[in-house]
This record gives sequence, C-alpha cells and structure tokens, in this order.
Amino acid sequence: MCLATIAKVLEVNPEKGTAWVDFGGVKREARIDLMPDVKVGEYVLIHTGFIIERVDEKTAEEILHAWDEVFKAEKEAIGGYYYPGD
Amino acid sequence: MGIEEVVQPYRDRGIAQKLVEKIKEEAKTLDGEVRIMHVCGTHEDTITRSGIRSLLPENVKVVSGPGCPVCITPVEDIVAMQLIMRKARDEGEEIILTTFGDMYKIPTPVGSFADLKSEGFDVRVVYSIFDTYRMAKENPNKTVVHFSPGFETTTAPTAGMINAVVNEGLKNFKIYSVHRLTPQGVEVLIKQRSRIDALIDAGHVSTIIGVKGWEFLSEKYGIPQVVAGFEPNDVLMAILLLVRMYKEGDARVVNEYKRAVKYEGNVVAQRLIDKYFKVVDAKWRALGVFPGTGLELRGGWKELDIKNLYRVEVPKNLPDLEKGCLCGAVLRGLAMPTDCPHFGKTCTPRHPVGPCMVSYEGTCNIFYKYGVLF
Repeated sequence: MCLATIAKVLEVNPEKGTAWVDFGGVKREARIDLMPDVKVGEYVLIHTGFIIERVDEKTAEEILHAWDEVFKAEKEAIGGYYYPGD
Repeated sequence: MGIEEVVQPYRDRGIAQKLVEKIKEEAKTLDGEVRIMHVCGTHEDTITRSGIRSLLPENVKVVSGPGCPVCITPVEDIVAMQLIMRKARDEGEEIILTTFGDMYKIPTPVGSFADLKSEGFDVRVVYSIFDTYRMAKENPNKTVVHFSPGFETTTAPTAGMINAVVNEGLKNFKIYSVHRLTPQGVEVLIKQRSRIDALIDAGHVSTIIGVKGWEFLSEKYGIPQVVAGFEPNDVLMAILLLVRMYKEGDARVVNEYKRAVKYEGNVVAQRLIDKYFKVVDAKWRALGVFPGTGLELRGGWKELDIKNLYRVEVPKNLPDLEKGCLCGAVLRGLAMPTDCPHFGKTCTPRHPVGPCMVSYEGTCNIFYKYGVLF
C-alpha cells in the first residue's frame, strides 16, 4: 500500500487541485492537496494518485558521492559517524 | 540528471557487495544475534526479491513486522461494510463501493468484497481515492463509499480528499476508515514483548510523519532505527548502520532516505490528518486490539464515514484466520511463511487461506512470488 512512484510534474492546475505528471511515459492526473506549492519540472513522489513529496535529486547525488568517499576512506566508515550528511 | 540515474547506484552490485562485506565484518564482533524488524511490505519485497537474507551472516536476522495494512484490517470491518451494502439495498438505495485491489480479495468467514460483487453489488477496484471522488461526481444520485485501509502514507491522501470534499460540499462521497498508525502499532508490539533489537522504518510512512514521528520509540525503548528507502542498497545500508548502532547502544533515528524524507515530514499532510481524524483504540486482525493506533473521523465530519450512517449487527466471534494459518505470527515477526503448514500447499495467491497471502504487501505473497519454495 505504501508503494510510491517517482514522476515529473508537467502541468499544475491549482484551481482543480491537480497536476499532470509523467511516470516515464505514462501520464496521469495527480492530486496536489498534500503538496500545494509543487512546480512544473519538479520530480515528485506519488502515492495512490497524490503527490506526497518532492524528490530531492541534489541530496540523492550528494549521498552517492558520500558513499564513494566512504568506500575510498575505509577507516572513516560511513561518514565518520554513521551516515554522510547526517 | 534523470531519476533512473539517481536510483541506479542504489541497485549497483559492486556497492551491494561492499555493504555486505562490511555487515559481515561488523557481525563478527556482535554479542549474540541482532533481530532487525521492518514494518513495510515494500521493504519485504526488496529484501526477498534481492535475496538479501541469504547474503547476511547468521547472527543478523531481518524479520517482517505488521507492514501490510490490508492484512491487519479487521474481519469485523470488512463484514460490517458488506452488511451496510445489503442494508442499503434493502432500503432501496444502491451504494457504489470502491477499494484497493488487494483489499478487494481479502477473505473473511462470510466472503470477500469480490464475493459480494459476484452477488451483483457494485464493488469497484480503484488505484486512488481520487477515482472514488470522480465517481461520486459522475453519480450524484448514488452514495459512493471508499473502504479506506492504510498507514500514514495512505491516510494522508484520504485526509486530502476529504478536505476537498468538505470544501466543495460534495454530499454523496463517504469513506469507511480502517486507517492505522505505524509507529504506535510497533510500540504495542514492543510492549507485548516482541523481540525487536533494531527497526527499519517504513520509507514512505516517514515521508508523511518525518524522522521525528519515530523518535519516541528510540527514546522510550532504546531501539536504534534507520529510515530506509526501497532499493536493495538502501536496505543493506540500513542493516549495516543498525548493526553498528545496536553494538554501540546508540538509540536514535538515522535518516538513510533523505531523497524523500525530511526530519519534520510533510507538514501539510500532518495538519490535514490531524484536522479530520482522531486517534482511537483499534483492532489489528490476528493481533488483537492495539490502544491508540486507529483513526476515525472527528465529530464534525462524522457523517462522512458510512459506518456512522448505517447501524449493522456484525456476528460475534468471527474467527480472524482459518485453522492453522500462521498470519498472526508472521505479522509479529515470530514466524516465516515457510513455517506455515498451509504455505504453498493449500494457500497460494490464487487460493489464499489467510490475508498475508492476498496482498502484494503480505509476507506470504511476497515469499511465494519470488519462489522461496525452490
């Protein structure tokens, strides 16, 4: 039930409370009630037809870079403490 | 950078192998074993599909908790909804009932919603409560009811839809709430002395409630937690962090899934849930009544829940499960599906005996799908 899928916002219709989103080719109308300030071009997480969060690409990238660093600097194990950027 | 590129490294085999090596290293100096519970069907899917259990050292156990809202939805509520449909028909009103695909097939002693449809009642499978809303608009002369299970991730859309319905004054849209709270449910399991040494927190529940929504479990019970994403390397990273935290007695919540989870969560969603729902004691199928884990509409919006409009008598002592079905123990993380005498024999996704075999989030269904039998 808590499955969520990433999509890109194509068009926002605030008066209808919806946005058109693209799931890598499949387009659907999604509700924006839980994320009213969503913008065209953003990547979002969709659960049962509702946008529940933005997907932060930059953070995702940073984390991956941090992982690389971790594997290089073995001793410092997973970001000095536990997790990079924590 | 596209989404596929973002996600790909979280599936990378080389990274996975390194993470597994590190887990093995850490496990060597572990005193006894660590039991890590997750509470999300999607995590179970990742773990089983990727064969993660087979990669872990023997003293690192990952068990599945009650991470399947459809599985724990009480028999009494499914039966009550069916009785409401019958009563409405007797009174000359036709209700359109919608629910999710797995809920539709969940067995009860008096049949499923699918069985009800085969009797000629109007039961429809939907992907979203938004579909129910559209049906209500298209059918102004009928009452349209969404039988609404789910944890916080799904409660948020329900609250969002109710908000829109209230604002528009749409009269024929109703729900039947069987929503449940995840961290509070885990707390009851802990109080009932289920052994949980560490917890993988459900990623998309956390998107709604935030890291902060889990913190009381670490504070009160000293349990380390990691909020994890759903790719194999997300889960492996969570396991590695939890083994370390457990060894050091470091009870706090670490967020591994920062790309989709904020510390404070989705505040708009939390406000909407709090506006429309109040917390009540609620039954979890095969597990009993869990205090403070259910959500019902608050007084002002009571008439939006169909159960408050029709009074029906649900037969007493309906059994939760068929004889021998281990779904209850599976949901507590005390048994694996393969321990069940029905599993793969009398109980398959085509002919499920218990709810854990029906839902795509049910541990038995996932084990069966990925061929754990072989």
